[in-house]
Amino acid sequence: MSLLEDELKAEADESQGAAATSPAALTAFRRGASGVVVPIITTVLAFIAAGLIVLATGHNPLTTYQSIFNGTGLNWLFPWVTGSERATAASNLQQTLLQATPLVLVGLAVAFAFRAGMFNIGGQGQYTVGGIVAVWIGSSFNGMPSILHILFAIIAAAAAGAAWAGIAGVLKATTGANEVISTIMLNWIAIWLGVYCFQLGGPLHNPHMASTPVSSTVVGGAKLPVFWGSSTLQGLDVGIFISLALAVVFGLLIKRTRLGYEARTVGFNPDAAGYAGVNVGRTWIRVMLICGAFAGVAASLDILGWKFSLFTNDIQVSQIGFYGIAVALLGRNTAGGTVAAALLFGALLTGTSNRNINLSIDPTLVQYLTFMIEGMIILLVSTDVITLRLLKGGRRIGIAFRRKRSEEASPSQGGAS
Amino acid sequence: MSVGAIAVAPSRTVSPKQVGIAGIVLAAIAWVITIPPIESRGMVPSIVLAVLAVCAGAWSIAGGERKVGSEAIVVALFAVAGAAASVNSGVSTLESVFTWSALVAATLRYATPLIFAALGGVVSESSGVINIGLEGMMLMGCFWGIYGADLLGSWVWGLVVAMVAGGLLALVHAFFSINLRANQIVSGTGINFLALGITGYFLEYHYGPNGTPLNISMVPNVKIPLIQHVGFFGAAFGSANLMTWIGIALVPALTFFLFRTRGGLRLRSVGEKPRAADTVGLSVVRIRYWAVIASGMLAALGGAYLSVGFVGSFSNNMTNGRGFIALAAMIFGKWRPWGALWACLLFGFGNAMSDRVSSVNPTLGTLFEALPYVLTLVAVAGLVGRSRAPAADGIPYVRE
Repeated sequence: MSLLEDELKAEADESQGAAATSPAALTAFRRGASGVVVPIITTVLAFIAAGLIVLATGHNPLTTYQSIFNGTGLNWLFPWVTGSERATAASNLQQTLLQATPLVLVGLAVAFAFRAGMFNIGGQGQYTVGGIVAVWIGSSFNGMPSILHILFAIIAAAAAGAAWAGIAGVLKATTGANEVISTIMLNWIAIWLGVYCFQLGGPLHNPHMASTPVSSTVVGGAKLPVFWGSSTLQGLDVGIFISLALAVVFGLLIKRTRLGYEARTVGFNPDAAGYAGVNVGRTWIRVMLICGAFAGVAASLDILGWKFSLFTNDIQVSQIGFYGIAVALLGRNTAGGTVAAALLFGALLTGTSNRNINLSIDPTLVQYLTFMIEGMIILLVSTDVITLRLLKGGRRIGIAFRRKRSEEASPSQGGAS
Repeated sequence: MSVGAIAVAPSRTVSPKQVGIAGIVLAAIAWVITIPPIESRGMVPSIVLAVLAVCAGAWSIAGGERKVGSEAIVVALFAVAGAAASVNSGVSTLESVFTWSALVAATLRYATPLIFAALGGVVSESSGVINIGLEGMMLMGCFWGIYGADLLGSWVWGLVVAMVAGGLLALVHAFFSINLRANQIVSGTGINFLALGITGYFLEYHYGPNGTPLNISMVPNVKIPLIQHVGFFGAAFGSANLMTWIGIALVPALTFFLFRTRGGLRLRSVGEKPRAADTVGLSVVRIRYWAVIASGMLAALGGAYLSVGFVGSFSNNMTNGRGFIALAAMIFGKWRPWGALWACLLFGFGNAMSDRVSSVNPTLGTLFEALPYVLTLVAVAGLVGRSRAPAADGIPYVRE
């Protein structure tokens, strides 16, 4: 942050004398820089860099990006896309939004911890235990009223995720155990727990699938209703509204509640917060509980919305916890930012999945391109310096241009400054 | 009053801490006597020992050593569970699981990649740069190692190429965390994604759907002539991989470097008190750069062991979280080379055990996979204190 201030001060010093630099302009610049502009520039830079790799390995980045874009289904928004192309686009867009739904929540799970000065690498584990509980409850209790069943599964998954994250919170508060390490360990424990539950002979293994390590299937009554597209072909379910509603809850929690205020205070400086009367340990625990609940809900929406069962392999290869970190960072740990970043990542995941790519480039290559883009985005958001320098460069050119123009307009005053 | 207190203190022959440690040892023995070669077939001796361990732990807690004491109690609980498991399984099962020579050999195999990466972590964090990117640097070594061995025809070149690749990725991490003063954990996370993308992309680009070729030149196993055929030692150590020995040899070497040489002192001073180091004329930036690059090279060697040393091929995301395990091992080992080695061996033992148990009982084997992580969680909460990391770990240095 101090670095940002330095840059801004330097910026103000350099452009003194130029008419544009009023305190108000500086404030606007600052708000823009720390808000929307930097993440956007970051994303664009990452795409350009990845495009250069595509170019270097002998492919055309523009057609690649175009086919990724069409794969996301965002071309559905264009009115001139019609007929079967439009139907494909609609189905792709549904997948993009399905991917974004849990990403919002796992992103929030990471973001809330960040706000309180903690690094929650445990989104993966919290999501996994949430998924285990959701699929267990969703596939049991057949005949329960639908709405109750759904609520029961979601709340139980939230509780499971919260408990899992709570372990890390309690350990940090009571013994000072570093939450980065404890959440990494909890991730692995959760993954092996999941494999244990659903493997052949495991306690929650589907007894009708003798040779496949998979859970039982969620019963019809516990499935989330689909409101766009076919309910048999993975249409978009109402989970996305739950996800967005929880993003609003997150925003209110951070800005409008005592816990949110205490969390931010602890995040700025735990010692100072402690002296000011905040119970730091309790805040850590509560924040982690809420983070875990977000991740648990994310898993339940996936399970009840479109997965319906859990393979041990799904548990082992899932990377969603790490996507969540990327989403939170790119979204600057705010509710709106996280939603936007989740949409971007959901689109990238869908757009680069095998079935959506035209064969102008090997689809596997494109999938790994996604990882590279994400890596670069995270690297760039880890520091503000690069994008701020670019912004400053842009402004400097702008100022020089204006100055030159005013000199041309009134040459007699040119030498005065 | 005060004279009395002084007189009492030295007369106490055992400290609560020692009692707690004795409790941990007793608890461990409670389990060890039920497995080969002793194979006690009754629960009574184990339970007696475990109860003694719990008492020792409780006494230790009462004496003020909360962490060691609770550690002893937790280990005792695990030991009773373990003892019950072994007493309730058949003798032949036990003996096939606890073939010690095979277990030791497998432990070394699983521990080798972790040792390299954990030592890399020690180097980087001693200089004050957190390296969450170990995973990515390992992955780079894993792929580029096999690429180098394939392209240049020799595993030696494979290792060289792996180190260059890991070093280059580490350079990116160094640039972001040292020059741009990025949040090092975030930057490391980015590094991991980047490595996943780069290795997957170039695997597909160079080798396509068929994957890496079969006849890769691989790091040889060292056949030790004298003990190669001598029973236990022969089976356990007689034909371990060259890189295993290099990894173990690096531990004393790195300890010597860090604590007995001028370079090591400089490295640690930069990690503990960068301002003081700067004041006496050391370049904080340059030393941290070298440390991070060295750490990337070490991690890459660990990754290269997986591909060129052990498996002979590369598959996507082959390291599969081992970098994070190495990170945990480093912290478990209190940021010291020897500690990291023991932690890596513990993780390796956990993997080896779960392999052996899986061959008898797949369901139980899965739970054993989780055991090292549970133990680490317990240890991080108990043994490893709050303040043992290098003082300036993770804090970017700004010159005034």
